Amino acid sequence: MAGPVQSIERAAAILRLLAGGPRRLGLGEVAASLGLAKGTAHGILRTLQHVDFVEQDAATGKYQLGAALLHLGTSYLDVNELRSRSINWADALAARSGEAVRLGTPLEGNVLVIHHVFRPDDTLQTLDVGSLLPLHASSLGKVLLAFGTAPLEPALEVGLEAYTRHTLVVPEQLTRALAEIRELGWAAEVQEMSMGEAGVASPIRGHGGLVVGAISLSGPVERICDSQGRPRPSLITLLREAARAISRDLGATRW
Amino acid sequence: MVERYVMSIDQGTNSTRCILFDHHGRLVSVAQREHQQHFPRPGWVEHDAVEIWRNLQRIMPEALSDAGVGAGEIAAIGIANQRETTVLWDRRTGAPLGRAIVWQDTRTGPLVEGLRDQPGDEFFIERCGLAPSTYFSAPRIRWLFDHVKGLAQRAEDGEVLIGTMESWLIWNLTGGAGGGLHITDVTNASRTMLMNIRTLTWDEELLAFFGVPRPMLPEIRSSAEGYGDADAVLPGVRITAALGDQQAALFGQTCFSPGEAKCTYGTGSFLLLNTGTDVVRSRNGLLTTVAYKIGDQAPVYALEGSIAVTGSLVQWFRDRLGLIGSAPEIETLARTVEDNGGCYIVPAFSGLFAPHWRSDARGVIVGLTSYITKGHLARAVLEATGWQTREVVDAMNADFSVALKQLKVDGGMTADNLLMQFVADVLDVPVVRPMVSETVSLGAAYAAGLAAGYWPDLEVLRRNWHRAGQWLPDMDPERRESEYDNWKRAVERSLGWIKPPRST
Repeated sequence: MAGPVQSIERAAAILRLLAGGPRRLGLGEVAASLGLAKGTAHGILRTLQHVDFVEQDAATGKYQLGAALLHLGTSYLDVNELRSRSINWADALAARSGEAVRLGTPLEGNVLVIHHVFRPDDTLQTLDVGSLLPLHASSLGKVLLAFGTAPLEPALEVGLEAYTRHTLVVPEQLTRALAEIRELGWAAEVQEMSMGEAGVASPIRGHGGLVVGAISLSGPVERICDSQGRPRPSLITLLREAARAISRDLGATRW
Repeated sequence: MVERYVMSIDQGTNSTRCILFDHHGRLVSVAQREHQQHFPRPGWVEHDAVEIWRNLQRIMPEALSDAGVGAGEIAAIGIANQRETTVLWDRRTGAPLGRAIVWQDTRTGPLVEGLRDQPGDEFFIERCGLAPSTYFSAPRIRWLFDHVKGLAQRAEDGEVLIGTMESWLIWNLTGGAGGGLHITDVTNASRTMLMNIRTLTWDEELLAFFGVPRPMLPEIRSSAEGYGDADAVLPGVRITAALGDQQAALFGQTCFSPGEAKCTYGTGSFLLLNTGTDVVRSRNGLLTTVAYKIGDQAPVYALEGSIAVTGSLVQWFRDRLGLIGSAPEIETLARTVEDNGGCYIVPAFSGLFAPHWRSDARGVIVGLTSYITKGHLARAVLEATGWQTREVVDAMNADFSVALKQLKVDGGMTADNLLMQFVADVLDVPVVRPMVSETVSLGAAYAAGLAAGYWPDLEVLRRNWHRAGQWLPDMDPERRESEYDNWKRAVERSLGWIKPPRST
């Protein structure tokens, strides 16, 4: 088993030190207090600043705890900000795939649709931003469940409602599907929410890889899926490229 | 040789971007570089034209390599640019004479006030369609002649060339001091106050009035036609279009028919309405401008309404009041309440633009009670953009025979659903967002591709336009009217706040 990670221990010590007093501390004070080289302390402080756990005063250059620490339990990315940062990529995805695009985040046991791009065929469509989708029966929701953005237990407690005969209603089935989604990096929903409709979704990641939302393509099952009822690989590729591009813009480094 | 893409250059206020588009009008690659903003004195804003030219030389190859495309696969180059920003340079060395003076620069304020007084707005509107403002180039040239010794004589002798940014870049791209083309297009020329809005040629009377010698001016060309081949960066590639950025956005939104309009929501907002081949003279505070001219076809005109403060009000709310951490959070905050709680913000930070044109107005927040929360203020911030749009649309409907049926929108603020719904509600027409939000770049690409035969006609371009989102009006008409009335009363309270300087 690996031992404790030294830099995380040191980061924790810096946070405790900054939390200890009302005063902002300079780099020299932090380094001296913890017996660290200035360069080491600076590297850790900069990283903590990057994730908003620490703030640096613009005038004095001194450090204090960041506001993000106070809101650790709540979503750190505003949904309107997420839409704003995704809009160009979501448009490009709709243009290339020819299908409707949606972005979703969790809201009280459901998926909240936070952005919707029409299918680019100029037929009459209605924006459904603000509407709610079931977590277990939508591709967006399955991604949010699979990557821990929405908790699974409350959904299971409420019970898995059957929307069609394809909806996953047995907890073990759903759990297995979620494990597969984590493995593949994308989720599908084939006639699970409404007959004749299908969708695929992929996670959007922020700093450190944390999944902050999901992006989906959806449409008639015969367009999303091939003749075997499997989602078309070309659509999956476009979807994952868009999800990666948004994630990179949000500061996720490896995706 | 396979010609597969059109290259679009958007020389904007903050950055220069190079984008490749494919046949479907889809974005293929983007390269971008910001340039420095210089503020040598209060109210002065300048750009280094050499820095911008160097940026362009870097981003053009970048856009190609990002897409894995060779220069031989570029069918044509089109340029859109920040309008009215003016640069002078030495014909022989190619070196700029000082920094470019940017459209936001207000150094000509006193001069412009004088012109509005004597000979008065009418003299100018009659000839160039514009009332004097610090935006336009001609007062700036006058200012330079008055402040730079010997400049007027050098211009007279043909040693100095002048242009807006597209002229500067085309001159450099086509050979610079070694035979570069010194040209501008009708849309850019229509913002100088020197071009006759009907003949589309330099107006002798205006040239004489401002004392601008003919030899320093570029030749006025169509917005889309073969100008010449690039000599630098991508040798041999045709340059076939140039448009001012707002006109390019109108073109990119495929507003090709009279009565079609677009609004670009950025720091400020610009609403342009296609009025066809007629020059419509506004009685309601709008500008008359050239929308585009394709080859030797008749020019198409537009009415323009500019709103000074829209996105910048959200920035003020974020940076100066600190009530939100990022601009999109304004929507989150606004949604914490049901309505504006009776509160209205008129953001007349430096007076009011179209349709009021009142430089003595300053911002007001009215209707404050102990009930008002920051959520209500956030609503009022967004609603200010909606009502200002309504005022410009009302002016357009009064000036032009065809009433607006829908508004095409683009720009950063179109990500705000609450705002877009509110715009649809107060205009009582559908608001639609296109799938390619880069409408400025797309417009320049469309014009260039059209001139190069890459696209056959406007109909094909129209078919490339797809709706990405649409907001339908959903407000009780009575409520709309009473809210509009409240807004108008708020505007009245902003007027006349700045007192004229006391004469001694």
